[in-house]
Amino acid sequence: MSEREPSSLWERLSEAGSLSDRWLHGAGASVNLANFARGSCLSAPLDELRDASVLLLTKDQLSSALALIELDGVAQRVVICPLDLQPEHLPGIIETAKIDTVVGGRCLGVGRFVRCSTAINPAHRVRRCCQRTEWVLMTSGTTGIPKLVAHTLCSLSTAMTGRDPLGAGAVWSTFYDIRRYGGLQILLRAMLGGGSMVLSSADEPVGGFLARAGATGVTHISGTPSHWRRALMSASLHKIAPRYVRMSGEIADQAVLDHLRAAFPEADIAHAFASTEAGVAFAVGDGLAGFPTEYLGRPGAVDLRVVDGSLRIKSSGNALGYLGGVPFPRDEGGYVDTGDMVEARDGRYFFVGRRGGVINIGGQKVHPEEVEAAINSHPSVRMSLVKARSNPITGAIVVADVVIKSPTEAPETETLKSEILQMCRATLARHKVPATIRFVPAIEVGASGKIARHA
Amino acid sequence: MLARAEIIAVIKEVGAEQGKHLAPLSDELGLLETGLDSLCFAIIVARLEDNLGFDPFGSAEDTRFPVTVGDFVKFYETASKNVGA
Repeated sequence: MSEREPSSLWERLSEAGSLSDRWLHGAGASVNLANFARGSCLSAPLDELRDASVLLLTKDQLSSALALIELDGVAQRVVICPLDLQPEHLPGIIETAKIDTVVGGRCLGVGRFVRCSTAINPAHRVRRCCQRTEWVLMTSGTTGIPKLVAHTLCSLSTAMTGRDPLGAGAVWSTFYDIRRYGGLQILLRAMLGGGSMVLSSADEPVGGFLARAGATGVTHISGTPSHWRRALMSASLHKIAPRYVRMSGEIADQAVLDHLRAAFPEADIAHAFASTEAGVAFAVGDGLAGFPTEYLGRPGAVDLRVVDGSLRIKSSGNALGYLGGVPFPRDEGGYVDTGDMVEARDGRYFFVGRRGGVINIGGQKVHPEEVEAAINSHPSVRMSLVKARSNPITGAIVVADVVIKSPTEAPETETLKSEILQMCRATLARHKVPATIRFVPAIEVGASGKIARHA
Repeated sequence: MLARAEIIAVIKEVGAEQGKHLAPLSDELGLLETGLDSLCFAIIVARLEDNLGFDPFGSAEDTRFPVTVGDFVKFYETASKNVGA
Protein backbone atom coordinates (compact mmCIF):
# COMPACT_ATOMS: atom_id res chain seq x y z
CA MET A 1 0.00 0.00 0.00
CA SER A 2 1.51 3.36 -0.97
CA GLU A 3 1.42 6.46 1.21
CA ARG A 4 -0.98 8.13 -1.24
CA GLU A 5 -3.64 5.48 -1.00
CA PRO A 6 -4.68 5.02 2.56
CA SER A 7 -6.99 2.10 3.06
CA SER A 8 -9.48 2.25 5.89
CA LEU A 9 -10.43 -0.47 8.33
CA TRP A 10 -13.84 -0.71 6.67
CA GLU A 11 -12.29 -1.18 3.21
CA ARG A 12 -9.81 -3.74 4.45
CA LEU A 13 -12.35 -5.78 6.44
CA SER A 14 -14.72 -5.76 3.46
CA GLU A 15 -11.97 -7.13 1.21
CA ALA A 16 -11.11 -9.83 3.76
CA GLY A 17 -14.28 -11.85 3.32
CA SER A 18 -18.00 -11.92 2.73
CA LEU A 19 -19.82 -9.66 5.19
CA SER A 20 -23.08 -11.53 5.52
CA ASP A 21 -21.73 -14.39 7.61
CA ARG A 22 -19.57 -12.22 9.84
CA TRP A 23 -20.63 -10.78 13.19
CA LEU A 24 -19.55 -8.64 16.06
CA HIS A 25 -21.08 -10.10 19.21
CA GLY A 26 -21.37 -7.85 22.26
CA ALA A 27 -22.64 -8.96 25.67
CA GLY A 28 -26.04 -7.41 25.01
CA ALA A 29 -26.38 -7.26 21.21
CA SER A 30 -24.87 -8.60 17.99
CA VAL A 31 -24.30 -6.79 14.72
CA ASN A 32 -24.02 -8.49 11.33
CA LEU A 33 -21.42 -6.79 9.15
CA ALA A 34 -23.64 -6.88 6.03
CA ASN A 35 -26.30 -5.04 7.99
CA PHE A 36 -23.66 -2.63 9.27
CA ALA A 37 -22.67 -1.95 5.63
CA ARG A 38 -26.10 -0.42 5.09
CA GLY A 39 -26.19 1.80 8.14
CA SER A 40 -24.39 3.65 10.85
CA CYS A 41 -23.95 3.46 14.62
CA LEU A 42 -23.39 7.22 14.85
CA SER A 43 -26.00 9.96 15.30
CA ALA A 44 -24.15 12.36 12.94
CA PRO A 45 -23.43 11.85 9.23
CA LEU A 46 -19.85 10.66 8.65
CA ASP A 47 -19.19 13.58 6.30
CA GLU A 48 -19.52 15.91 9.27
CA LEU A 49 -16.86 13.99 11.16
CA ARG A 50 -14.22 14.31 8.46
CA ASP A 51 -10.96 15.62 9.98
CA ALA A 52 -12.44 15.57 13.48
CA SER A 53 -10.30 14.92 16.52
CA VAL A 54 -12.50 12.45 18.35
CA LEU A 55 -12.63 11.35 21.98
CA LEU A 56 -14.21 7.90 21.96
CA LEU A 57 -16.04 7.54 25.28
CA THR A 58 -18.41 4.69 24.43
CA LYS A 59 -19.42 2.57 27.43
CA ASP A 60 -19.67 -0.87 25.84
CA GLN A 61 -17.17 -2.64 23.61
CA LEU A 62 -19.57 -3.32 20.74
CA SER A 63 -20.32 0.36 20.14
CA SER A 64 -16.59 1.12 20.54
CA ALA A 65 -15.78 -1.42 17.81
CA LEU A 66 -18.48 -0.08 15.48
CA ALA A 67 -17.40 3.53 15.99
CA LEU A 68 -13.75 2.66 15.33
CA ILE A 69 -14.68 0.91 12.09
CA GLU A 70 -16.68 3.93 10.94
CA LEU A 71 -14.24 6.61 12.05
CA ASP A 72 -11.04 5.09 10.63
CA GLY A 73 -10.16 6.84 7.40
CA VAL A 74 -12.59 9.67 8.19
CA ALA A 75 -11.53 11.33 11.44
CA GLN A 76 -8.10 12.86 11.72
CA ARG A 77 -7.60 11.33 15.18
CA VAL A 78 -9.50 8.96 17.49
CA VAL A 79 -8.52 8.86 21.16
CA ILE A 80 -9.76 5.59 22.66
CA CYS A 81 -10.72 5.92 26.33
CA PRO A 82 -10.46 2.75 28.42
CA LEU A 83 -13.36 1.91 30.71
CA ASP A 84 -11.37 2.59 33.88
CA LEU A 85 -10.15 6.06 32.83
CA GLN A 86 -10.37 8.42 35.81
CA PRO A 87 -12.64 11.38 34.92
CA GLU A 88 -10.14 13.88 36.39
CA HIS A 89 -7.73 13.05 33.53
CA LEU A 90 -10.25 13.99 30.82
CA PRO A 91 -9.58 17.76 30.67
CA GLY A 92 -5.83 17.19 30.18
CA ILE A 93 -6.44 14.56 27.49
CA ILE A 94 -8.92 16.82 25.66
CA GLU A 95 -6.42 19.67 25.64
CA THR A 96 -3.40 17.56 24.62
CA ALA A 97 -5.24 15.75 21.84
CA LYS A 98 -7.07 18.92 20.67
CA ILE A 99 -10.40 17.11 20.89
CA ASP A 100 -13.28 18.76 19.00
CA THR A 101 -15.77 15.86 18.98
CA VAL A 102 -16.94 13.46 21.69
CA VAL A 103 -18.41 10.17 20.48
CA GLY A 104 -20.44 8.09 22.94
CA GLY A 105 -20.61 8.35 26.70
CA ARG A 106 -21.86 11.72 27.77
CA CYS A 107 -21.70 15.26 26.48
CA LEU A 108 -18.71 16.94 28.13
CA GLY A 109 -19.52 20.40 26.78
CA VAL A 110 -16.54 20.09 24.43
CA GLY A 111 -17.17 20.75 20.73
CA ARG A 112 -19.64 18.44 19.08
CA PHE A 113 -21.32 15.47 20.80
CA VAL A 114 -22.22 12.42 18.71
CA ARG A 115 -24.20 9.52 20.14
CA CYS A 116 -23.14 5.99 19.35
CA SER A 117 -25.47 3.03 19.48
CA THR A 118 -25.38 -0.67 18.73
CA ALA A 119 -28.73 -0.31 16.91
CA ILE A 120 -27.72 0.43 13.30
CA ASN A 121 -29.53 3.37 11.71
CA PRO A 122 -30.19 2.77 8.04
CA ALA A 123 -28.07 5.24 6.13
CA HIS A 124 -27.21 5.04 2.45
CA ARG A 125 -23.75 6.37 2.23
CA VAL A 126 -20.44 5.33 0.91
CA ARG A 127 -17.69 4.99 3.50
CA ARG A 128 -14.89 6.76 1.72
CA CYS A 129 -11.42 6.70 3.13
CA CYS A 130 -9.88 10.14 2.96
CA GLN A 131 -6.96 9.94 5.33
CA ARG A 132 -4.71 7.91 7.55
CA THR A 133 -6.45 8.28 10.88
CA GLU A 134 -4.32 8.48 13.99
CA TRP A 135 -5.44 6.00 16.67
CA VAL A 136 -4.51 7.01 20.20
CA LEU A 137 -4.34 4.44 22.99
CA MET A 138 -3.62 5.06 26.66
CA THR A 139 -1.04 3.57 29.00
CA SER A 140 -0.52 4.50 32.62
CA GLY A 141 2.33 6.85 33.53
CA THR A 142 4.40 7.16 36.71
CA THR A 143 2.13 9.81 38.21
CA GLY A 144 -1.09 8.03 37.26
CA ILE A 145 -1.70 10.45 34.38
CA PRO A 146 -2.22 8.36 31.23
CA LYS A 147 0.24 8.63 28.35
CA LEU A 148 -1.33 9.03 24.92
CA VAL A 149 0.27 6.60 22.46
CA ALA A 150 -0.26 7.38 18.76
CA HIS A 151 -0.63 4.62 16.16
CA THR A 152 -2.17 4.21 12.72
CA LEU A 153 -4.15 1.27 11.38
CA CYS A 154 -0.94 0.29 9.56
CA SER A 155 1.19 0.21 12.70
CA LEU A 156 -1.53 -1.62 14.64
CA SER A 157 -1.93 -4.29 11.97
CA THR A 158 1.73 -4.91 11.14
CA ALA A 159 1.55 -8.41 12.59
CA MET A 160 -1.37 -9.28 10.30
CA THR A 161 -0.49 -9.92 6.71
CA GLY A 162 -3.53 -10.19 4.51
CA ARG A 163 -6.02 -12.98 4.71
CA ASP A 164 -5.28 -15.49 7.43
CA PRO A 165 -5.35 -19.04 5.98
CA LEU A 166 -6.79 -20.22 9.29
CA GLY A 167 -8.96 -17.13 9.46
CA ALA A 168 -11.81 -18.04 7.13
CA GLY A 169 -14.78 -18.61 9.38
CA ALA A 170 -12.66 -17.90 12.44
CA VAL A 171 -14.49 -16.60 15.49
CA TRP A 172 -12.08 -14.61 17.59
CA SER A 173 -12.53 -13.60 21.18
CA THR A 174 -10.55 -12.08 24.00
CA PHE A 175 -10.90 -11.56 27.71
CA TYR A 176 -9.28 -8.17 27.09
CA ASP A 177 -11.18 -4.97 26.55
CA ILE A 178 -10.71 -3.90 22.92
CA ARG A 179 -9.99 -0.36 24.12
CA ARG A 180 -6.57 -1.60 25.26
CA TYR A 181 -3.75 -2.58 22.90
CA GLY A 182 -4.02 -6.34 23.55
CA GLY A 183 -7.76 -6.41 22.89
CA LEU A 184 -7.58 -4.09 19.89
CA GLN A 185 -5.09 -6.47 18.28
CA ILE A 186 -7.68 -9.25 18.45
CA LEU A 187 -10.47 -7.07 17.02
CA LEU A 188 -8.20 -6.17 14.09
CA ARG A 189 -7.12 -9.79 13.59
CA ALA A 190 -10.76 -10.84 13.43
CA MET A 191 -11.81 -8.04 11.09
CA LEU A 192 -8.77 -8.03 8.77
CA GLY A 193 -8.58 -11.82 8.69
CA GLY A 194 -12.16 -12.21 7.49
CA GLY A 195 -13.59 -13.54 10.75
CA SER A 196 -16.11 -12.65 13.44
CA MET A 197 -15.55 -11.61 17.03
CA VAL A 198 -17.08 -12.15 20.48
CA LEU A 199 -16.45 -9.13 22.71
CA SER A 200 -16.14 -9.39 26.48
CA SER A 201 -17.85 -7.17 29.01
CA ALA A 202 -16.63 -5.90 32.37
CA ASP A 203 -20.06 -6.64 33.92
CA GLU A 204 -20.19 -10.25 32.80
CA PRO A 205 -19.02 -13.11 35.05
CA VAL A 206 -16.29 -15.32 33.56
CA GLY A 207 -18.62 -18.32 33.36
CA GLY A 208 -21.18 -16.29 31.40
CA PHE A 209 -18.55 -15.04 28.97
CA LEU A 210 -17.16 -18.54 28.39
CA ALA A 211 -20.66 -19.90 27.80
CA ARG A 212 -21.43 -17.09 25.33
CA ALA A 213 -18.12 -17.50 23.50
CA GLY A 214 -18.65 -21.26 23.38
CA ALA A 215 -22.21 -20.92 22.04
CA THR A 216 -20.87 -18.66 19.28
CA GLY A 217 -18.32 -21.31 18.32
CA VAL A 218 -15.18 -19.38 19.28
CA THR A 219 -12.10 -20.73 17.48
CA HIS A 220 -9.36 -18.26 18.51
CA ILE A 221 -9.20 -16.74 21.97
CA SER A 222 -6.69 -14.57 23.82
CA GLY A 223 -6.10 -13.15 27.27
CA THR A 224 -3.43 -12.44 29.82
CA PRO A 225 -2.07 -15.33 31.90
CA SER A 226 -4.19 -13.88 34.73
CA HIS A 227 -7.33 -13.99 32.59
CA TRP A 228 -6.53 -17.61 31.78
CA ARG A 229 -5.84 -18.59 35.40
CA ARG A 230 -9.24 -17.18 36.29
CA ALA A 231 -10.84 -19.10 33.41
CA LEU A 232 -9.07 -22.27 34.60
CA MET A 233 -10.88 -21.80 37.93
CA SER A 234 -14.24 -21.73 36.14
CA ALA A 235 -16.45 -24.77 35.80
CA SER A 236 -17.51 -23.32 32.41
CA LEU A 237 -14.07 -23.64 30.80
CA HIS A 238 -15.14 -26.81 28.96
CA LYS A 239 -17.80 -24.76 27.14
CA ILE A 240 -15.17 -23.44 24.74
CA ALA A 241 -13.17 -25.65 22.37
CA PRO A 242 -10.78 -23.25 20.64
CA ARG A 243 -8.22 -24.21 17.96
CA TYR A 244 -5.94 -21.38 19.04
CA VAL A 245 -5.23 -20.07 22.54
CA ARG A 246 -3.08 -17.00 22.98
CA MET A 247 -1.56 -15.27 25.98
CA SER A 248 -0.02 -11.82 26.09
CA GLY A 249 0.29 -8.78 28.34
CA GLU A 250 2.10 -10.55 31.18
CA ILE A 251 4.85 -13.10 31.62
CA ALA A 252 3.54 -16.56 30.69
CA ASP A 253 5.20 -18.96 33.10
CA GLN A 254 5.63 -22.67 32.45
CA ALA A 255 2.86 -23.54 34.93
CA VAL A 256 0.14 -21.60 33.09
CA LEU A 257 1.36 -22.97 29.74
CA ASP A 258 1.11 -26.52 31.14
CA HIS A 259 -2.33 -25.87 32.65
CA LEU A 260 -3.62 -24.63 29.28
CA ARG A 261 -2.04 -27.55 27.43
CA ALA A 262 -3.85 -29.94 29.79
CA ALA A 263 -7.15 -28.07 29.37
CA PHE A 264 -6.94 -27.79 25.55
CA PRO A 265 -4.84 -30.74 24.31
CA GLU A 266 -5.81 -30.18 20.65
CA ALA A 267 -5.27 -26.42 20.48
CA ASP A 268 -2.29 -24.39 19.28
CA ILE A 269 -1.14 -22.52 22.38
CA ALA A 270 0.98 -19.42 21.90
CA HIS A 271 2.29 -16.68 24.13
CA ALA A 272 3.05 -13.38 22.51
CA PHE A 273 5.03 -10.33 23.47
CA ALA A 274 3.66 -6.90 22.68
CA SER A 275 3.51 -3.47 24.25
CA THR A 276 1.39 -0.44 23.41
CA GLU A 277 4.53 1.56 22.58
CA ALA A 278 6.58 -1.11 20.79
CA GLY A 279 3.85 -3.13 19.10
CA VAL A 280 3.76 -6.89 18.65
CA ALA A 281 7.22 -8.46 18.74
CA PHE A 282 6.62 -12.19 18.43
CA ALA A 283 4.47 -15.17 19.35
CA VAL A 284 6.05 -18.31 20.77
CA GLY A 285 4.31 -21.57 19.89
CA ASP A 286 6.54 -24.31 21.31
CA GLY A 287 4.76 -24.54 24.64
CA LEU A 288 7.79 -23.38 26.61
CA ALA A 289 8.17 -20.24 28.72
CA GLY A 290 10.50 -17.51 27.44
CA PHE A 291 11.61 -17.18 23.82
CA PRO A 292 14.55 -18.59 21.81
CA THR A 293 17.63 -16.36 21.79
CA GLU A 294 17.83 -16.73 17.99
CA TYR A 295 14.78 -14.43 17.72
CA LEU A 296 17.32 -11.64 18.14
CA GLY A 297 18.80 -10.50 14.88
CA ARG A 298 16.66 -12.77 12.71
CA PRO A 299 15.54 -11.26 9.42
CA GLY A 300 11.98 -10.04 9.19
CA ALA A 301 9.69 -7.15 9.92
CA VAL A 302 10.48 -7.11 13.64
CA ASP A 303 14.03 -6.43 14.76
CA LEU A 304 14.84 -7.27 18.40
CA ARG A 305 17.82 -6.50 20.56
CA VAL A 306 18.70 -6.57 24.22
CA VAL A 307 20.52 -3.57 25.67
CA ASP A 308 21.46 -3.40 29.36
CA GLY A 309 19.13 -6.30 29.98
CA SER A 310 16.00 -4.77 28.48
CA LEU A 311 14.24 -5.87 25.31
CA ARG A 312 14.18 -3.30 22.48
CA ILE A 313 12.07 -3.55 19.35
CA LYS A 314 12.25 -1.87 15.95
CA SER A 315 9.36 -2.54 13.61
CA SER A 316 6.63 -0.87 11.64
CA GLY A 317 4.43 -1.89 14.58
CA ASN A 318 6.14 0.68 16.79
CA ALA A 319 3.93 3.57 17.88
CA LEU A 320 4.52 6.95 16.23
CA GLY A 321 5.16 8.48 19.66
CA TYR A 322 3.35 10.08 22.57
CA LEU A 323 1.08 13.09 22.14
CA GLY A 324 1.84 16.28 24.05
CA GLY A 325 5.61 16.26 23.53
CA VAL A 326 6.22 13.54 26.15
CA PRO A 327 9.63 11.94 25.42
CA PHE A 328 9.20 8.56 23.71
CA PRO A 329 11.57 5.69 24.67
CA ARG A 330 13.15 5.29 21.21
CA ASP A 331 16.96 4.99 21.04
CA GLU A 332 19.37 6.43 18.43
CA GLY A 333 19.07 3.23 16.41
CA GLY A 334 15.29 3.60 16.20
CA TYR A 335 14.56 0.79 18.69
CA VAL A 336 11.76 1.24 21.22
CA ASP A 337 12.85 0.31 24.73
CA THR A 338 10.11 -1.83 26.29
CA GLY A 339 11.53 -1.57 29.83
CA ASP A 340 10.96 -5.33 30.11
CA MET A 341 14.04 -7.01 31.54
CA VAL A 342 15.18 -10.37 30.15
CA GLU A 343 17.82 -12.92 31.14
CA ALA A 344 19.32 -15.58 28.87
CA ARG A 345 19.45 -19.17 30.15
CA ASP A 346 20.03 -22.31 28.06
CA GLY A 347 19.33 -20.73 24.70
CA ARG A 348 16.20 -18.87 25.75
CA TYR A 349 15.42 -15.43 27.07
CA PHE A 350 13.15 -15.25 30.11
CA PHE A 351 11.31 -12.15 31.28
CA VAL A 352 12.31 -11.24 34.81
CA GLY A 353 10.30 -8.07 35.49
CA ARG A 354 10.27 -4.40 34.55
CA ARG A 355 12.94 -1.78 34.89
CA GLY A 356 12.23 0.74 37.61
CA GLY A 357 10.15 -1.76 39.51
CA VAL A 358 6.99 -1.19 37.49
CA ILE A 359 4.62 -3.95 38.56
CA ASN A 360 2.30 -5.85 36.24
CA ILE A 361 -0.89 -6.97 37.96
CA GLY A 362 -2.95 -9.09 35.62
CA GLY A 363 -1.77 -7.02 32.63
CA GLN A 364 -2.24 -3.62 34.29
CA LYS A 365 0.84 -1.54 35.06
CA VAL A 366 1.37 -0.19 38.56
CA HIS A 367 4.02 2.45 39.12
CA PRO A 368 5.39 2.02 42.66
CA GLU A 369 5.90 5.78 43.01
CA GLU A 370 2.16 6.41 42.76
CA VAL A 371 1.41 3.90 45.54
CA GLU A 372 4.27 5.19 47.69
CA ALA A 373 2.87 8.73 47.40
CA ALA A 374 -0.48 7.50 48.73
CA ILE A 375 1.17 5.66 51.64
CA ASN A 376 3.48 8.57 52.45
CA SER A 377 0.53 10.92 52.78
CA HIS A 378 -0.21 9.28 56.15
CA PRO A 379 1.20 11.60 58.86
CA SER A 380 2.95 8.76 60.75
CA VAL A 381 4.84 7.46 57.69
CA ARG A 382 8.45 8.49 57.04
CA MET A 383 8.94 6.61 53.79
CA SER A 384 7.83 3.51 51.94
CA LEU A 385 9.01 1.07 49.29
CA VAL A 386 6.43 -0.55 47.05
CA LYS A 387 7.37 -3.66 45.13
CA ALA A 388 6.00 -6.72 43.40
CA ARG A 389 5.62 -10.10 44.99
CA SER A 390 5.09 -12.93 42.53
CA ASN A 391 1.68 -14.54 42.63
CA PRO A 392 0.24 -17.59 40.88
CA ILE A 393 -3.16 -15.95 40.25
CA THR A 394 -2.37 -12.45 38.99
CA GLY A 395 1.34 -12.84 38.16
CA ALA A 396 2.19 -10.33 40.88
CA ILE A 397 0.66 -8.41 43.74
CA VAL A 398 1.65 -5.09 45.28
CA VAL A 399 3.36 -5.19 48.67
CA ALA A 400 4.83 -2.35 50.72
CA ASP A 401 7.63 -1.86 53.24
CA VAL A 402 6.90 1.13 55.47
CA VAL A 403 9.15 3.12 57.81
CA ILE A 404 7.32 4.90 60.64
CA LYS A 405 8.41 8.44 61.60
CA SER A 406 8.48 7.97 65.31
CA PRO A 407 7.65 4.45 66.50
CA THR A 408 6.88 5.66 70.02
CA GLU A 409 4.21 8.12 68.93
CA ALA A 410 2.67 6.05 66.17
CA PRO A 411 -0.62 4.27 66.81
CA GLU A 412 -0.70 0.49 67.22
CA THR A 413 0.70 -1.21 64.13
CA GLU A 414 -2.55 -2.98 63.23
CA THR A 415 -4.48 0.31 63.50
CA LEU A 416 -1.82 2.10 61.48
CA LYS A 417 -1.89 -0.60 58.81
CA SER A 418 -5.63 -0.29 58.38
CA GLU A 419 -5.42 3.53 58.33
CA ILE A 420 -2.77 3.40 55.57
CA LEU A 421 -4.79 0.89 53.60
CA GLN A 422 -7.90 3.06 53.92
CA MET A 423 -5.97 6.05 52.52
CA CYS A 424 -4.74 3.91 49.64
CA ARG A 425 -8.24 2.58 48.90
CA ALA A 426 -9.61 6.13 48.84
CA THR A 427 -7.21 7.34 46.14
CA LEU A 428 -5.94 4.31 44.20
CA ALA A 429 -7.49 1.73 41.89
CA ARG A 430 -8.06 -1.61 43.70
CA HIS A 431 -5.19 -3.47 42.07
CA LYS A 432 -2.74 -0.76 43.20
CA VAL A 433 -3.58 -1.06 46.91
CA PRO A 434 -0.88 -3.09 48.73
CA ALA A 435 -1.97 -6.65 49.57
CA THR A 436 0.40 -6.68 52.53
CA ILE A 437 2.20 -3.97 54.52
CA ARG A 438 5.33 -4.71 56.50
CA PHE A 439 6.86 -2.22 58.96
CA VAL A 440 10.64 -2.07 58.61
CA PRO A 441 13.30 -0.03 60.47
CA ALA A 442 14.88 1.42 57.29
CA ILE A 443 14.77 1.43 53.48
CA GLU A 444 17.96 1.44 51.43
CA VAL A 445 18.61 4.72 49.60
CA GLY A 446 21.05 4.62 46.66
CA ALA A 447 23.87 7.02 45.80
CA SER A 448 21.48 9.01 43.60
CA GLY A 449 19.40 9.79 46.68
CA LYS A 450 16.62 7.63 45.31
CA ILE A 451 15.16 4.51 46.83
CA ALA A 452 17.14 1.49 45.65
CA ARG A 453 14.81 -0.45 43.37
CA HIS A 454 15.87 -3.79 42.04
CA ALA A 455 14.54 -5.05 38.75
CA MET B 1 -2.11 -30.95 60.08
CA LEU B 2 -3.50 -28.12 58.04
CA ALA B 3 -6.63 -26.54 59.39
CA ARG B 4 -9.35 -26.19 56.82
CA ALA B 5 -10.78 -23.56 59.16
CA GLU B 6 -7.70 -21.41 58.57
CA ILE B 7 -8.25 -21.36 54.81
CA ILE B 8 -11.92 -20.49 55.21
CA ALA B 9 -11.02 -17.76 57.72
CA VAL B 10 -8.57 -16.15 55.29
CA ILE B 11 -11.14 -16.29 52.47
CA LYS B 12 -13.67 -14.52 54.72
CA GLU B 13 -11.14 -11.98 55.96
CA VAL B 14 -10.09 -10.96 52.43
CA GLY B 15 -13.71 -10.88 51.27
CA ALA B 16 -14.55 -8.46 54.09
CA GLU B 17 -11.50 -6.25 53.40
CA GLN B 18 -12.33 -6.06 49.71
CA GLY B 19 -15.97 -5.23 50.40
CA LYS B 20 -17.22 -8.40 48.69
CA HIS B 21 -20.47 -10.10 49.56
CA LEU B 22 -19.56 -13.75 50.12
CA ALA B 23 -21.86 -16.63 49.23
CA PRO B 24 -22.12 -19.40 51.90
CA LEU B 25 -18.86 -21.35 51.46
CA SER B 26 -19.89 -24.94 50.77
CA ASP B 27 -17.48 -27.47 49.24
CA GLU B 28 -19.48 -27.60 46.01
CA LEU B 29 -19.51 -23.83 45.50
CA GLY B 30 -17.49 -22.75 42.43
CA LEU B 31 -14.59 -20.45 43.32
CA LEU B 32 -15.85 -17.88 40.83
CA GLU B 33 -19.32 -18.04 42.40
CA THR B 34 -18.00 -17.13 45.87
CA GLY B 35 -18.29 -13.42 45.08
CA LEU B 36 -14.49 -13.04 45.01
CA ASP B 37 -12.47 -12.00 41.95
CA SER B 38 -8.92 -12.79 40.81
CA LEU B 39 -7.38 -10.03 42.90
CA CYS B 40 -9.06 -11.43 46.03
CA PHE B 41 -7.72 -14.92 45.29
CA ALA B 42 -4.26 -13.48 44.63
CA ILE B 43 -4.31 -11.90 48.11
CA ILE B 44 -5.70 -15.08 49.71
CA VAL B 45 -2.92 -17.21 48.17
CA ALA B 46 -0.25 -14.71 49.30
CA ARG B 47 -1.63 -14.56 52.83
CA LEU B 48 -1.90 -18.35 53.08
CA GLU B 49 1.71 -18.59 51.91
CA ASP B 50 2.70 -16.23 54.76
CA ASN B 51 0.70 -18.25 57.29
CA LEU B 52 1.48 -21.78 56.06
CA GLY B 53 4.89 -21.35 54.50
CA PHE B 54 4.04 -22.78 51.07
CA ASP B 55 2.18 -22.00 47.86
CA PRO B 56 0.68 -25.10 46.23
CA PHE B 57 0.15 -23.28 42.90
CA GLY B 58 3.88 -22.78 42.46
CA SER B 59 4.72 -26.43 42.92
CA ALA B 60 1.64 -28.31 41.77
CA GLU B 61 2.29 -31.57 40.01
CA ASP B 62 -1.40 -31.85 39.27
CA THR B 63 -2.03 -29.55 36.30
CA ARG B 64 -5.72 -29.16 37.15
CA PHE B 65 -6.62 -25.83 38.70
CA PRO B 66 -9.04 -25.94 41.65
CA VAL B 67 -12.57 -25.05 40.54
CA THR B 68 -14.65 -25.36 43.73
CA VAL B 69 -14.08 -24.31 47.33
CA GLY B 70 -13.65 -28.02 48.19
CA ASP B 71 -10.98 -28.40 45.45
CA PHE B 72 -9.19 -25.33 46.79
CA VAL B 73 -9.02 -26.70 50.35
CA LYS B 74 -7.94 -30.13 49.06
CA PHE B 75 -5.26 -28.47 46.90
CA TYR B 76 -3.69 -27.06 50.07
CA GLU B 77 -4.16 -30.27 52.07
CA THR B 78 -2.45 -32.37 49.37
CA ALA B 79 0.40 -29.87 49.08
CA SER B 80 0.90 -29.77 52.85
CA LYS B 81 1.47 -33.55 52.83
CA ASN B 82 4.01 -33.17 49.99
CA VAL B 83 5.79 -30.38 51.83
CA GLY B 84 6.44 -33.16 54.29
CA ALA B 85 4.83 -31.80 57.39
